[in-house]
Amino acid sequence: MTTTTRGAPAQADLAGTPQASEVADLIARAPVPRPTLPRTFGAMMAREFRVLRRNAVSTFTRAVMQPLLFVFVFAYVFPKIGGGFMLGGTSVARAAAGSITFATILVPGLMASMLLMQGIMAVTFPLVMEFSWQRTIEDRALAPVPIQVLAIQKIVAGAIQAFLGACIVFPIVLLVHAPGQGPHVHVTNWALFIFILAAASLLTSSLGLLLGTVMDPRKMQMLFAVILLPATMLGCVYYPWAALNHIRWLQMVILINPMVYMSEGLRAVLTPVLPHMPMWAVLLALVGGTAVFGYLGTRTFTKRVLN
Amino acid sequence: MMGASGYAIRTEDLRKTYKSSRGDVPAVRGIDLGVGSGEFFGLLGPNGAGKSTTIGMLTTLVVPTGGRAWVAGLDVVADPVGVKRRIGVVTQNNTLDMQLTVAENLEFRSRFFGLSLREASHRAAALLEVFGLADRRKAMSTDLSGGQAKRLLIARALVHRPDVLFLDEPTAGLDPQTRVNLWDILRVLHAEGQTILLTTHYMEEAEALCDRIAVMDHGEVLASGTVNELKDGTGAETVITVRYEDAVPADLTARAGLADRPGVRKVEADGDYVRVFTREPEGVLGELVTAGSTAGLAVRDATQLKPSLETVFLTLTGREYRE
Repeated sequence: MTTTTRGAPAQADLAGTPQASEVADLIARAPVPRPTLPRTFGAMMAREFRVLRRNAVSTFTRAVMQPLLFVFVFAYVFPKIGGGFMLGGTSVARAAAGSITFATILVPGLMASMLLMQGIMAVTFPLVMEFSWQRTIEDRALAPVPIQVLAIQKIVAGAIQAFLGACIVFPIVLLVHAPGQGPHVHVTNWALFIFILAAASLLTSSLGLLLGTVMDPRKMQMLFAVILLPATMLGCVYYPWAALNHIRWLQMVILINPMVYMSEGLRAVLTPVLPHMPMWAVLLALVGGTAVFGYLGTRTFTKRVLN
Repeated sequence: MMGASGYAIRTEDLRKTYKSSRGDVPAVRGIDLGVGSGEFFGLLGPNGAGKSTTIGMLTTLVVPTGGRAWVAGLDVVADPVGVKRRIGVVTQNNTLDMQLTVAENLEFRSRFFGLSLREASHRAAALLEVFGLADRRKAMSTDLSGGQAKRLLIARALVHRPDVLFLDEPTAGLDPQTRVNLWDILRVLHAEGQTILLTTHYMEEAEALCDRIAVMDHGEVLASGTVNELKDGTGAETVITVRYEDAVPADLTARAGLADRPGVRKVEADGDYVRVFTREPEGVLGELVTAGSTAGLAVRDATQLKPSLETVFLTLTGREYRE
């Protein structure tokens, strides 16, 4: 099986025509496949990590730039040039717990917004590509597992990417600040912190799957205007939810935004000095939201793969 | 390997109707197929005939709205995972994983089908050798030429020793040389006993490769059999078409006595043309030209088709074949 059929020089383009004996070998001597669900699932995850590793630099840059610039401007530049950049949130925070820096508010908020960004970048964008043009989704749809497993695999892979992204961003938002402007981060319960990170990662990748299956590829730029931007700006990233009690209607309206629970949940475990939502509400929203988006996303995904 | 039905592929009144805002669109209207193990079977028809929908149903990615289908003895609706284990599919589009290299495309596909890391890498190397892609193993799959990509798609469909290989329009969009090259590959696979179902809208492709052919149009199978059976059955006649400069008078063909000529099975006159289906084509063309000039009609163009799949199609549908 070591020789390759090459045509005569005049027929160089005929390279690749296999000889009968070679093909007989390929058919008769090939290892017998024994696919099982865990094996196939594992191989699909391995594929994701291979791609992730190949695109490591661009993925890393994508993950780091937004939070890095944010903490740089808000926790370094602003304190240096004005010292008195105040938001509603900061004043509430000050009232609640003495002198609290804006960086303290930003750490959980930026991690939450980073999770959303990663979840969507890791799941929605590739999915829209796979469904459009050449429908490369058919490649993995033909793997010997139910289509639903493919959807779940995409959620898990996206969540792992989001989780890793959050781990990279954590030291950045922790360490980049002007002297004396550092965040007051105090993790009292690591298990809960990791659970909330994991649940939030799954929530964003489930949402990513749902968006990827319902988005019209020609209107991808709408994703930023209609989903990402409002979710972030009105997601308690830059202010604690409690600070919105001055604008009661807004405080109520944004409860439909899953970002709120991600920011507040991380606030509760990272910066407990700040006011934050009760933990039961956070957990209910994160787990419930994952279930709802995961179910809907898997359903629409299956419908789009099988037409 | 085969189920109780004894066929590699079997369909019974298989149907697919797409729902749309403008009502139901039937794509496949109840087809019955039986493909034996080791057979090279062709679904031939123009674009939009329902071939891809049929292949989609047989490969579990399109859910039928009626009838039943079995591949390797397994019901495609009841056991899609079992069917997917036993089939290899070469899609019409380039569905190679764009994020992976040439070798990785084969390695990961092998691992999806349960091969170990080692087995997968051996399998990939062997397939790349046989398909003449060994020197491109590290290239990204997006960098392959059309012919190379097609070969890789075929190699990828074979990683897990499928019982049935499906190819949807495998040579569409390829240059003639690459097409012939691909035909050679398929012939070798067939000679080694691989069961193959291929769809094509190229008549010469079906004629060159397939043991048996089903001619499809508008979601229905119009006829099936070997090329010779089809020609001997419906399309053994030569088809002569003459187009005139003006509309043909209703009594032109009757006056010319064409229908009474020996060998003539059918005479069609519609609008500006007359078409004759005959086993004895000698002199018919001259006859038609004379009949035209007697009636004061000049001939615009004339064609004479020898018995072929094209005349089969013309006979079955009354329409010229559009590729």
